Amino acid sequence: MDTKNGGYTPAMALTPEEQDILNGSQGEVMAKILKTLAMYGDTFGADKFIPIEGPGHLVTSFGISVMSATFDLMDELINAGVKAQQPFTVDPRPLDYDNVPCNLLQKIVFNVMYSKQAPYEEQLKKMGLKDSNAFTCTCYMDEVGNTPKKGDVLSWSESSAVVYANSVLGARCNRNSAFMDIFGAILGKVPNFDLTTDEGRRAKWVIEVKTSKKPEAQVLGSAIGLKVMEDVPYIRGLTKFLGTELNSETKAYCKDMGAASASNGAVGLYHIEGLTPEAVELGDSLIREDAQVYVIDDAELERVKKSYPVIWKNPDAKPKLCFIGCPHLSIGQLKEWTVRLENALKASGVSKVKIKTVLTAAPDVLEAFKKTPEYPRLLATGARLSYICPLMYMNNPMCKGMPVITNSNKLRTYTSARYYTDDEIAARVAGKETAK
Amino acid sequence: MKKIFQGRPVVPGAVTAPAVVSHGGFNTLASFQKSLLAKKTEAVCGDQNNPDLYNKVMSGKALCLPKTIGSTTGGLVIHTAAAMGAAPAAMLFSEPIDSLAAAGAILAAVWTPNSIPAVDNLGKEFLDYVKDGMTVEVAADGTVTVSDGNA
Repeated sequence: MDTKNGGYTPAMALTPEEQDILNGSQGEVMAKILKTLAMYGDTFGADKFIPIEGPGHLVTSFGISVMSATFDLMDELINAGVKAQQPFTVDPRPLDYDNVPCNLLQKIVFNVMYSKQAPYEEQLKKMGLKDSNAFTCTCYMDEVGNTPKKGDVLSWSESSAVVYANSVLGARCNRNSAFMDIFGAILGKVPNFDLTTDEGRRAKWVIEVKTSKKPEAQVLGSAIGLKVMEDVPYIRGLTKFLGTELNSETKAYCKDMGAASASNGAVGLYHIEGLTPEAVELGDSLIREDAQVYVIDDAELERVKKSYPVIWKNPDAKPKLCFIGCPHLSIGQLKEWTVRLENALKASGVSKVKIKTVLTAAPDVLEAFKKTPEYPRLLATGARLSYICPLMYMNNPMCKGMPVITNSNKLRTYTSARYYTDDEIAARVAGKETAK
Repeated sequence: MKKIFQGRPVVPGAVTAPAVVSHGGFNTLASFQKSLLAKKTEAVCGDQNNPDLYNKVMSGKALCLPKTIGSTTGGLVIHTAAAMGAAPAAMLFSEPIDSLAAAGAILAAVWTPNSIPAVDNLGKEFLDYVKDGMTVEVAADGTVTVSDGNA
């Protein structure tokens, strides 16, 4: 670097040790890491760095050949001898030839696209990857074990994981980008701003849910995200449908709603009155005095759902593939889908799914599910299980043209996959046409 | 006719470029992934949910937007676009910059030779005024001058 402190004088307060690092006491790469995080903190008015309390989680799990800049930067980190202070988890792998349908042409393209997957995974190991099962967007599942406690400060990315950790677990993490995640995990500190502060966790929106039945989590989250963008919403009216206990069912609902809000908008934290930990503890004091109000009723959810564009070349095409599980499913959801698919097949008078159907979950969750009575029953429906990232699969240009359906609003947002509710998905894969 | 707006330089830099405008949240991954995967140095917006920008060239343009939304790969996407020479010439935000866009601009500035000047807090009036094709001059102090081409 051109000057002693990298040409940058942070506005945020640095400890003498941090200033030394910026000045190069631990080498040029550590100085650049600190400079990057300090610029990041200064942009958002951070007052200081604060220590992280749990392992990291990275969004970048894929070795796409075009990302040479990423591989070069990782090499720069490795060659400098730096690594994460705690073993971290990372988003799902992009490939699973054994369990996800793939024709020869698609496979050829996949092999080219993700030709850097193996060397990139080696880079991740050198940087401190937890283990070979650590590839999932739901690292917070009990079976995976990267589960923060309330109040833990984190250096995570992956929008669906961040919003879950903040909202459902009460951890503290900003919506960090790729590289900011690993930089914080290396330094062991993150700049203190926004969602790591009490004030930043207060709600700028009150969401009044006034629907006649439990809203579809994926559509509710989408509506909220599209309206509030990156602001914090405080959601009222949901506990009459969800109850006040954070159990496996409500956690799964929160997971899917949050992922939709984070991908359709940029929500990093939401509170649900009477349910999520900070809302239970602090109640209305979490709502800012100038908060706006957004009322969501049946008509509003229908309006939002109808606004999703269909970009299939032939909107009436018969679906060739169905992805369920973006973000990855919990073990409870895998059991629910077993029953849902069995019932749908029975209603249609068929024994196997009529559309190739892939349910995705974390490798550790899949291992646990395989020990349950539902596992052989799910396989008997003809559905398959995978640890893949459906989004990465859909990135293949040879897959983009395929008519793929999904119950994931996140997958809909980033790909050509078409969204249907859980019940619509079950009916369609069982061979029943439902409303378009 | 020229109109001057004052913002905050997040990543300071001086550049002049034609504008492309997104009035809604700019989904970085959805916008760039198709072009980057195709290794195109002229990135065309691939986000079908963005009617303002869909199918328009973003590289070399002054990208005018409220803020970015979507996946936390956003910063890496901007970093990759910068390293490939496919990034916008500048990113100009009417609202306070979001964490993912800020990360991308900072990563490009610190870890690549291709810095992307980024200015935020330009105000709603900026986004109401600027139109595709207008010439945008960005100064290092965050001053943004928009020319409509007319005397």
